[in-house]
Amino acid sequence: MCQSCGCAVGPKPAVSGPAASSPAALDGDGRKGSARTVDVLQALLADNDDRAAHNRAHFDAAGVLVVNLMSSPGAGKTALLEATIGVLARQPGGGPRLAVIEGDLETDNDARRIRARGVPAVQITTGGACHLDAAMIHDALDGLDLAALDLLFIENVGNLVCPAGFDLGHHQAVALLATTEGDDKPAKYPVLFRAVDLVLISKADLLPHLDDFGIGRAETAVRGLANEAPVFPISARDGTGLQGWIEWLGARLAQNRERLSQRPDATRVPHVHGHDVGGRVGLDHAHPHPVHHAGSNPP
Amino acid sequence: MHELSICRSLLAEAAAVASRHGADAVTSLTVGVGPLSGVEPGLLERAFSLACCGTVAEGAALRFETPPIQVRCRTCAGVSAAAANRLICAHCGDWRTELISGDELILMSVELECGDGDGTDTADTKAGSADTRAPCAAAGA
Repeated sequence: MCQSCGCAVGPKPAVSGPAASSPAALDGDGRKGSARTVDVLQALLADNDDRAAHNRAHFDAAGVLVVNLMSSPGAGKTALLEATIGVLARQPGGGPRLAVIEGDLETDNDARRIRARGVPAVQITTGGACHLDAAMIHDALDGLDLAALDLLFIENVGNLVCPAGFDLGHHQAVALLATTEGDDKPAKYPVLFRAVDLVLISKADLLPHLDDFGIGRAETAVRGLANEAPVFPISARDGTGLQGWIEWLGARLAQNRERLSQRPDATRVPHVHGHDVGGRVGLDHAHPHPVHHAGSNPP
Repeated sequence: MHELSICRSLLAEAAAVASRHGADAVTSLTVGVGPLSGVEPGLLERAFSLACCGTVAEGAALRFETPPIQVRCRTCAGVSAAAANRLICAHCGDWRTELISGDELILMSVELECGDGDGTDTADTKAGSADTRAPCAAAGA
Protein backbone atom coordinates (compact mmCIF):
# COMPACT_ATOMS: atom_id res chain seq x y z
CA MET A 1 0.00 0.00 0.00
CA CYS A 2 2.75 2.39 0.75
CA GLN A 3 4.11 2.16 -2.76
CA SER A 4 1.09 4.25 -3.62
CA CYS A 5 1.33 6.69 -0.78
CA GLY A 6 5.09 6.85 -0.96
CA CYS A 7 5.69 6.07 2.65
CA ALA A 8 8.53 3.60 2.82
CA VAL A 9 9.04 2.98 6.48
CA GLY A 10 12.70 2.21 6.56
CA PRO A 11 15.40 1.77 9.13
CA LYS A 12 15.64 4.43 11.76
CA PRO A 13 17.93 7.17 10.45
CA ALA A 14 21.04 7.99 12.41
CA VAL A 15 20.71 11.27 14.23
CA SER A 16 23.73 13.34 13.50
CA GLY A 17 25.14 16.66 14.58
CA PRO A 18 25.36 18.08 18.06
CA ALA A 19 22.24 20.18 17.55
CA ALA A 20 20.01 17.18 16.96
CA SER A 21 17.62 16.67 19.79
CA SER A 22 14.77 14.37 20.49
CA PRO A 23 11.98 15.19 22.89
CA ALA A 24 12.45 11.86 24.62
CA ALA A 25 16.21 12.13 24.77
CA LEU A 26 16.96 14.38 27.67
CA ASP A 27 20.68 14.54 27.54
CA GLY A 28 22.06 15.31 30.91
CA ASP A 29 25.64 15.48 31.79
CA GLY A 30 28.42 14.37 34.20
CA ARG A 31 31.69 14.76 32.45
CA LYS A 32 35.00 13.53 33.74
CA GLY A 33 38.03 13.56 31.49
CA SER A 34 37.05 12.00 28.21
CA ALA A 35 34.25 9.93 29.66
CA ARG A 36 30.78 11.24 30.28
CA THR A 37 27.46 9.85 31.37
CA VAL A 38 24.42 10.93 29.41
CA ASP A 39 20.86 10.50 30.67
CA VAL A 40 18.65 9.22 27.89
CA LEU A 41 15.27 7.99 29.17
CA GLN A 42 14.22 6.54 25.83
CA ALA A 43 11.63 3.75 25.69
CA LEU A 44 13.29 0.83 23.92
CA LEU A 45 10.18 -0.01 21.96
CA ALA A 46 9.60 3.61 20.91
CA ASP A 47 10.55 2.80 17.33
CA ASN A 48 8.05 -0.08 17.13
CA ASP A 49 5.43 2.03 18.92
CA ASP A 50 5.84 4.83 16.39
CA ARG A 51 5.49 2.39 13.51
CA ALA A 52 2.42 0.91 15.19
CA ALA A 53 0.89 4.38 15.47
CA HIS A 54 1.63 4.83 11.77
CA ASN A 55 -0.16 1.55 10.94
CA ARG A 56 -3.10 2.59 13.11
CA ALA A 57 -3.31 5.86 11.21
CA HIS A 58 -3.64 3.88 7.97
CA PHE A 59 -6.32 1.65 9.51
CA ASP A 60 -8.24 4.64 10.84
CA ALA A 61 -8.07 6.47 7.53
CA ALA A 62 -9.64 3.43 5.87
CA GLY A 63 -12.11 2.90 8.73
CA VAL A 64 -10.86 -0.65 9.37
CA LEU A 65 -11.05 -2.27 12.82
CA VAL A 66 -7.96 -4.38 13.48
CA VAL A 67 -7.94 -7.27 15.96
CA ASN A 68 -4.70 -8.94 17.10
CA LEU A 69 -5.26 -12.61 18.02
CA MET A 70 -2.67 -14.13 20.33
CA SER A 71 -2.33 -17.55 21.94
CA SER A 72 -0.07 -20.55 22.39
CA PRO A 73 0.55 -22.61 19.24
CA GLY A 74 -2.44 -24.87 18.63
CA ALA A 75 -4.99 -23.03 20.78
CA GLY A 76 -7.25 -22.73 17.73
CA LYS A 77 -6.73 -19.25 16.31
CA THR A 78 -7.11 -20.33 12.68
CA ALA A 79 -10.06 -22.61 13.47
CA LEU A 80 -11.75 -19.69 15.25
CA LEU A 81 -11.19 -17.47 12.21
CA GLU A 82 -12.62 -20.13 9.88
CA ALA A 83 -15.73 -20.43 12.06
CA THR A 84 -15.98 -16.62 12.35
CA ILE A 85 -15.82 -16.20 8.58
CA GLY A 86 -18.66 -18.73 8.24
CA VAL A 87 -20.91 -16.96 10.75
CA LEU A 88 -20.20 -13.43 9.49
CA ALA A 89 -20.83 -14.43 5.86
CA ARG A 90 -24.37 -15.47 6.84
CA GLN A 91 -25.15 -12.04 8.29
CA PRO A 92 -27.55 -9.80 6.33
CA GLY A 93 -25.64 -8.07 3.54
CA GLY A 94 -22.74 -10.53 3.86
CA GLY A 95 -21.40 -9.07 7.12
CA PRO A 96 -18.27 -6.98 7.51
CA ARG A 97 -15.67 -7.23 4.75
CA LEU A 98 -12.79 -9.26 6.16
CA ALA A 99 -9.13 -9.98 5.62
CA VAL A 100 -6.51 -11.81 7.67
CA ILE A 101 -2.79 -11.36 8.17
CA GLU A 102 -1.29 -14.67 9.27
CA GLY A 103 1.98 -14.89 11.18
CA ASP A 104 3.89 -18.18 11.38
CA LEU A 105 7.50 -19.22 11.54
CA GLU A 106 7.11 -21.30 8.38
CA THR A 107 4.49 -22.39 5.80
CA ASP A 108 1.50 -20.56 4.37
CA ASN A 109 -0.89 -23.31 5.50
CA ASP A 110 -2.99 -20.96 7.61
CA ALA A 111 -3.34 -18.32 4.89
CA ARG A 112 -4.43 -21.06 2.48
CA ARG A 113 -7.09 -22.19 4.97
CA ILE A 114 -8.44 -18.62 5.14
CA ARG A 115 -8.33 -18.07 1.37
CA ALA A 116 -10.20 -21.34 0.90
CA ARG A 117 -13.10 -19.60 2.67
CA GLY A 118 -13.02 -16.74 0.16
CA VAL A 119 -11.31 -14.22 2.43
CA PRO A 120 -8.08 -12.43 1.41
CA ALA A 121 -5.12 -13.48 3.53
CA VAL A 122 -1.48 -12.39 3.62
CA GLN A 123 0.99 -14.79 5.16
CA ILE A 124 4.00 -13.44 7.04
CA THR A 125 6.58 -16.17 7.55
CA THR A 126 8.91 -14.90 10.20
CA GLY A 127 11.51 -17.61 9.56
CA GLY A 128 12.16 -18.12 13.25
CA ALA A 129 11.23 -14.76 14.75
CA CYS A 130 8.92 -15.35 17.69
CA HIS A 131 6.50 -12.46 17.18
CA LEU A 132 5.12 -10.04 14.64
CA ASP A 133 6.14 -6.41 14.87
CA ALA A 134 4.70 -3.20 13.47
CA ALA A 135 7.16 -3.08 10.55
CA MET A 136 6.15 -6.58 9.40
CA ILE A 137 2.49 -5.56 9.49
CA HIS A 138 3.25 -2.43 7.47
CA ASP A 139 4.98 -4.56 4.83
CA ALA A 140 2.04 -6.99 4.78
CA LEU A 141 -0.35 -4.10 4.05
CA ASP A 142 1.10 -4.01 0.53
CA GLY A 143 -0.92 -7.14 -0.14
CA LEU A 144 -4.24 -5.76 1.10
CA ASP A 145 -6.73 -3.18 -0.13
CA LEU A 146 -7.68 -1.54 3.17
CA ALA A 147 -10.33 0.61 1.47
CA ALA A 148 -12.24 -2.59 0.66
CA LEU A 149 -12.26 -3.83 4.29
CA ASP A 150 -14.18 -3.33 7.52
CA LEU A 151 -12.37 -5.82 9.76
CA LEU A 152 -8.79 -7.10 9.66
CA PHE A 153 -7.62 -9.95 11.87
CA ILE A 154 -3.95 -10.37 12.62
CA GLU A 155 -3.20 -13.92 13.71
CA ASN A 156 0.02 -13.51 15.66
CA VAL A 157 2.75 -16.15 15.92
CA GLY A 158 1.67 -18.83 18.41
CA ASN A 159 3.52 -17.70 21.53
CA LEU A 160 2.37 -16.33 24.87
CA VAL A 161 5.58 -14.43 25.58
CA CYS A 162 7.02 -12.28 22.82
CA PRO A 163 3.92 -10.99 20.97
CA ALA A 164 2.83 -9.25 24.17
CA GLY A 165 5.56 -6.64 23.88
CA PHE A 166 4.90 -5.43 20.34
CA ASP A 167 2.10 -3.06 19.42
CA LEU A 168 1.10 -3.77 15.81
CA GLY A 169 -1.24 -0.80 15.40
CA HIS A 170 -4.28 -2.96 16.21
CA HIS A 171 -7.33 -1.62 18.04
CA GLN A 172 -8.23 -4.74 20.03
CA ALA A 173 -6.08 -7.54 21.46
CA VAL A 174 -7.67 -10.94 22.02
CA ALA A 175 -6.09 -13.92 23.78
CA LEU A 176 -7.20 -17.49 23.23
CA LEU A 177 -6.65 -19.92 26.09
CA ALA A 178 -7.46 -23.53 25.18
CA THR A 179 -9.13 -25.72 27.77
CA THR A 180 -6.33 -28.24 27.21
CA GLU A 181 -3.72 -25.73 28.41
CA GLY A 182 -4.77 -25.30 32.04
CA ASP A 183 -6.76 -22.57 33.73
CA ASP A 184 -3.69 -20.98 35.37
CA LYS A 185 -2.15 -19.77 32.09
CA PRO A 186 -3.02 -16.11 32.80
CA ALA A 187 -1.05 -16.28 36.07
CA LYS A 188 1.88 -17.90 34.25
CA TYR A 189 1.93 -15.38 31.38
CA PRO A 190 0.85 -12.13 33.05
CA VAL A 191 2.49 -9.80 30.55
CA LEU A 192 0.21 -10.98 27.76
CA PHE A 193 -2.99 -11.69 29.67
CA ARG A 194 -2.99 -8.46 31.64
CA ALA A 195 -3.12 -6.33 28.49
CA VAL A 196 -5.76 -8.03 26.33
CA ASP A 197 -9.29 -6.77 25.72
CA LEU A 198 -10.95 -10.19 25.56
CA VAL A 199 -10.05 -13.73 26.66
CA LEU A 200 -11.62 -16.59 24.72
CA ILE A 201 -11.51 -20.00 26.39
CA SER A 202 -11.19 -22.07 23.22
CA LYS A 203 -11.97 -25.78 22.69
CA ALA A 204 -14.84 -25.42 25.17
CA ASP A 205 -16.44 -28.53 23.61
CA LEU A 206 -13.78 -30.53 25.49
CA LEU A 207 -14.81 -29.21 28.92
CA PRO A 208 -16.95 -32.28 29.76
CA HIS A 209 -13.79 -34.41 29.38
CA LEU A 210 -11.48 -32.11 31.36
CA ASP A 211 -12.32 -32.13 35.04
CA ASP A 212 -9.29 -30.02 35.91
CA PHE A 213 -10.16 -26.89 33.89
CA GLY A 214 -12.38 -24.31 35.57
CA ILE A 215 -13.68 -21.33 33.58
CA GLY A 216 -14.15 -19.55 36.93
CA ARG A 217 -10.53 -20.19 37.89
CA ALA A 218 -9.32 -18.89 34.51
CA GLU A 219 -11.42 -15.77 34.99
CA THR A 220 -10.09 -15.30 38.54
CA ALA A 221 -6.54 -15.52 37.18
CA VAL A 222 -7.36 -12.81 34.62
CA ARG A 223 -8.86 -10.57 37.33
CA GLY A 224 -5.73 -11.14 39.42
CA LEU A 225 -3.92 -9.23 36.67
CA ALA A 226 -6.28 -6.28 37.18
CA ASN A 227 -7.82 -6.99 33.79
CA GLU A 228 -11.57 -6.59 33.43
CA ALA A 229 -11.68 -8.15 29.94
CA PRO A 230 -14.67 -10.43 29.33
CA VAL A 231 -13.86 -14.15 29.47
CA PHE A 232 -15.97 -16.28 27.06
CA PRO A 233 -15.88 -20.03 26.54
CA ILE A 234 -15.97 -20.76 22.83
CA SER A 235 -15.77 -23.72 20.47
CA ALA A 236 -15.09 -23.42 16.77
CA ARG A 237 -16.01 -27.11 16.48
CA ASP A 238 -19.53 -27.15 17.96
CA GLY A 239 -20.30 -23.42 17.85
CA THR A 240 -20.43 -22.87 21.63
CA GLY A 241 -20.06 -19.17 22.45
CA LEU A 242 -19.61 -18.10 18.82
CA GLN A 243 -22.61 -15.81 19.02
CA GLY A 244 -21.12 -13.93 21.99
CA TRP A 245 -17.85 -13.49 20.12
CA ILE A 246 -19.66 -12.22 17.01
CA GLU A 247 -21.64 -9.79 19.14
CA TRP A 248 -18.45 -8.57 20.82
CA LEU A 249 -16.92 -7.98 17.35
CA GLY A 250 -20.07 -6.15 16.21
CA ALA A 251 -19.94 -3.90 19.27
CA ARG A 252 -16.25 -3.12 18.68
CA LEU A 253 -16.93 -2.35 14.98
CA ALA A 254 -19.72 0.05 15.97
CA GLN A 255 -17.55 1.63 18.67
CA ASN A 256 -14.69 2.13 16.21
CA ARG A 257 -17.00 3.72 13.62
CA GLU A 258 -18.35 6.02 16.32
CA ARG A 259 -14.82 6.98 17.41
CA LEU A 260 -13.78 7.76 13.84
CA SER A 261 -16.94 9.74 13.12
CA GLN A 262 -16.15 12.05 16.03
CA ARG A 263 -12.74 13.03 14.77
CA PRO A 264 -12.42 16.61 13.53
CA ASP A 265 -13.29 16.83 9.84
CA ALA A 266 -10.09 18.68 9.09
CA THR A 267 -8.04 15.58 9.75
CA ARG A 268 -9.98 13.60 7.16
CA VAL A 269 -9.19 16.00 4.34
CA PRO A 270 -6.50 14.70 2.00
CA HIS A 271 -3.25 16.49 2.64
CA VAL A 272 0.42 16.22 1.87
CA HIS A 273 2.94 16.40 4.66
CA GLY A 274 5.85 14.64 6.21
CA HIS A 275 5.49 12.28 9.09
CA ASP A 276 7.10 13.58 12.21
CA VAL A 277 6.32 11.18 14.98
CA GLY A 278 8.32 12.44 17.90
CA GLY A 279 10.96 13.57 15.42
CA ARG A 280 12.92 10.39 15.75
CA VAL A 281 11.80 7.59 13.47
CA GLY A 282 12.11 6.69 9.83
CA LEU A 283 8.67 7.96 8.99
CA ASP A 284 9.85 11.25 7.58
CA HIS A 285 8.23 10.85 4.19
CA ALA A 286 5.43 12.72 2.52
CA HIS A 287 2.32 11.14 1.10
CA PRO A 288 -0.75 12.62 -0.47
CA HIS A 289 -3.69 10.83 1.09
CA PRO A 290 -6.10 11.28 3.96
CA VAL A 291 -4.39 9.82 6.97
CA HIS A 292 -4.92 10.55 10.62
CA HIS A 293 -1.44 10.72 11.97
CA ALA A 294 -0.29 9.89 15.43
CA GLY A 295 1.42 13.23 15.66
CA SER A 296 -0.15 16.59 15.04
CA ASN A 297 -2.06 17.05 11.82
CA PRO A 298 -1.66 20.23 9.84
CA PRO A 299 -4.84 22.17 9.13
CA MET B 1 13.97 -14.57 21.94
CA HIS B 2 12.62 -11.11 21.20
CA GLU B 3 15.50 -9.85 23.35
CA LEU B 4 17.52 -9.59 20.13
CA SER B 5 14.95 -7.17 18.69
CA ILE B 6 15.17 -5.14 21.88
CA CYS B 7 18.97 -5.12 21.55
CA ARG B 8 18.73 -3.63 18.10
CA SER B 9 16.62 -0.75 19.47
CA LEU B 10 19.02 -0.36 22.36
CA LEU B 11 22.04 -0.19 20.06
CA ALA B 12 20.35 2.19 17.63
CA GLU B 13 19.50 4.55 20.47
CA ALA B 14 22.99 4.31 21.97
CA ALA B 15 24.52 5.02 18.55
CA ALA B 16 22.29 8.08 18.15
CA VAL B 17 23.32 9.44 21.55
CA ALA B 18 27.00 8.77 20.81
CA SER B 19 26.67 10.55 17.49
CA ARG B 20 24.93 13.56 19.05
CA HIS B 21 27.77 13.90 21.54
CA GLY B 22 30.55 13.18 19.07
CA ALA B 23 31.62 10.20 21.18
CA ASP B 24 34.03 7.53 19.97
CA ALA B 25 32.53 4.72 21.97
CA VAL B 26 29.78 3.74 24.34
CA THR B 27 31.33 2.04 27.37
CA SER B 28 28.22 1.21 29.34
CA LEU B 29 24.45 1.35 29.12
CA THR B 30 21.97 1.37 31.97
CA VAL B 31 18.59 -0.11 31.15
CA GLY B 32 15.45 -0.06 33.28
CA VAL B 33 13.66 -3.41 32.88
CA GLY B 34 10.43 -3.81 34.82
CA PRO B 35 9.32 -7.34 35.81
CA LEU B 36 6.20 -6.83 33.64
CA SER B 37 8.09 -5.56 30.60
CA GLY B 38 8.23 -9.07 29.15
CA VAL B 39 12.01 -8.88 28.89
CA GLU B 40 14.37 -11.13 30.79
CA PRO B 41 17.56 -9.25 31.79
CA GLY B 42 19.76 -12.37 31.58
CA LEU B 43 18.64 -13.11 28.03
CA LEU B 44 18.99 -9.45 27.09
CA GLU B 45 22.55 -9.47 28.38
CA ARG B 46 23.46 -12.53 26.33
CA ALA B 47 21.80 -11.16 23.21
CA PHE B 48 23.57 -7.84 23.75
CA SER B 49 27.01 -9.48 23.88
CA LEU B 50 26.38 -10.69 20.31
CA ALA B 51 24.41 -7.77 18.94
CA CYS B 52 26.93 -5.14 20.06
CA CYS B 53 29.70 -6.53 17.83
CA GLY B 54 30.85 -4.07 15.22
CA THR B 55 28.84 -1.22 16.74
CA VAL B 56 29.91 1.86 18.66
CA ALA B 57 28.89 -0.04 21.82
CA GLU B 58 31.01 -3.13 21.16
CA GLY B 59 32.12 -4.60 24.46
CA ALA B 60 30.09 -2.09 26.48
CA ALA B 61 28.83 -3.12 29.91
CA LEU B 62 25.07 -3.53 30.23
CA ARG B 63 23.66 -2.58 33.63
CA PHE B 64 20.13 -3.15 34.81
CA GLU B 65 17.80 -1.35 37.14
CA THR B 66 14.58 -3.10 38.14
CA PRO B 67 11.69 -0.77 38.94
CA PRO B 68 9.32 -2.36 41.49
CA ILE B 69 5.80 -3.44 40.56
CA GLN B 70 3.38 -0.95 42.09
CA VAL B 71 -0.35 -0.54 41.62
CA ARG B 72 -2.80 2.21 42.47
CA CYS B 73 -6.24 1.01 43.55
CA ARG B 74 -9.15 2.42 41.58
CA THR B 75 -11.44 1.77 44.54
CA CYS B 76 -9.51 3.06 47.58
CA ALA B 77 -6.76 5.01 45.73
CA GLY B 78 -4.08 3.30 47.85
CA VAL B 79 -0.69 2.56 46.32
CA SER B 80 0.91 -0.80 47.06
CA ALA B 81 3.58 -3.21 45.94
CA ALA B 82 2.33 -6.23 43.98
CA ALA B 83 3.53 -9.47 42.41
CA ALA B 84 3.69 -9.84 38.62
CA ASN B 85 0.71 -12.17 38.51
CA ARG B 86 -1.24 -10.72 41.41
CA LEU B 87 -1.85 -7.02 40.79
CA ILE B 88 -4.25 -6.73 43.72
CA CYS B 89 -4.59 -3.78 46.09
CA ALA B 90 -2.78 -4.64 49.34
CA HIS B 91 -4.99 -2.19 51.27
CA CYS B 92 -8.53 -3.23 50.33
CA GLY B 93 -7.98 -6.39 48.27
CA ASP B 94 -9.73 -5.09 45.14
CA TRP B 95 -8.41 -6.27 41.78
CA ARG B 96 -9.43 -3.06 40.02
CA THR B 97 -6.02 -1.44 40.05
CA GLU B 98 -3.79 0.33 37.60
CA LEU B 99 -0.12 -0.39 37.19
CA ILE B 100 1.98 2.67 38.02
CA SER B 101 5.42 1.02 37.88
CA GLY B 102 6.92 -2.28 36.77
CA ASP B 103 6.43 -2.52 33.01
CA GLU B 104 9.23 -0.13 32.03
CA LEU B 105 11.67 -0.93 29.27
CA ILE B 106 13.87 2.13 29.02
CA LEU B 107 17.39 3.08 28.11
CA MET B 108 18.14 5.23 31.15
CA SER B 109 21.68 6.40 30.52
CA VAL B 110 24.84 5.69 28.58
CA GLU B 111 28.46 6.27 29.41
CA LEU B 112 30.40 7.69 26.51
CA GLU B 113 34.08 7.89 25.69
CA CYS B 114 34.84 11.08 23.84
CA GLY B 115 37.93 12.10 21.93
CA ASP B 116 37.43 15.81 22.66
CA GLY B 117 39.43 16.15 25.85
CA ASP B 118 43.16 16.61 26.32
CA GLY B 119 44.91 14.62 23.60
CA THR B 120 47.30 12.62 25.76
CA ASP B 121 44.74 11.94 28.40
CA THR B 122 42.21 10.78 25.83
CA ALA B 123 44.66 8.38 24.22
CA ASP B 124 45.60 6.96 27.61
CA THR B 125 42.03 6.63 28.71
CA LYS B 126 41.03 4.91 25.53
CA ALA B 127 43.89 2.45 25.69
CA GLY B 128 43.17 1.77 29.34
CA SER B 129 39.49 1.24 28.90
CA ALA B 130 39.99 -0.96 25.85
CA ASP B 131 41.89 -3.38 28.08
CA THR B 132 39.11 -3.61 30.60
CA ARG B 133 36.22 -3.95 28.20
CA ALA B 134 34.70 -7.34 27.68
CA PRO B 135 35.62 -9.08 24.44
CA CYS B 136 32.93 -9.42 21.84
CA ALA B 137 31.01 -12.64 22.43
CA ALA B 138 30.83 -13.38 18.71
CA ALA B 139 34.59 -13.24 18.28
CA GLY B 140 35.09 -16.73 19.62
CA ALA B 141 31.94 -18.16 18.08
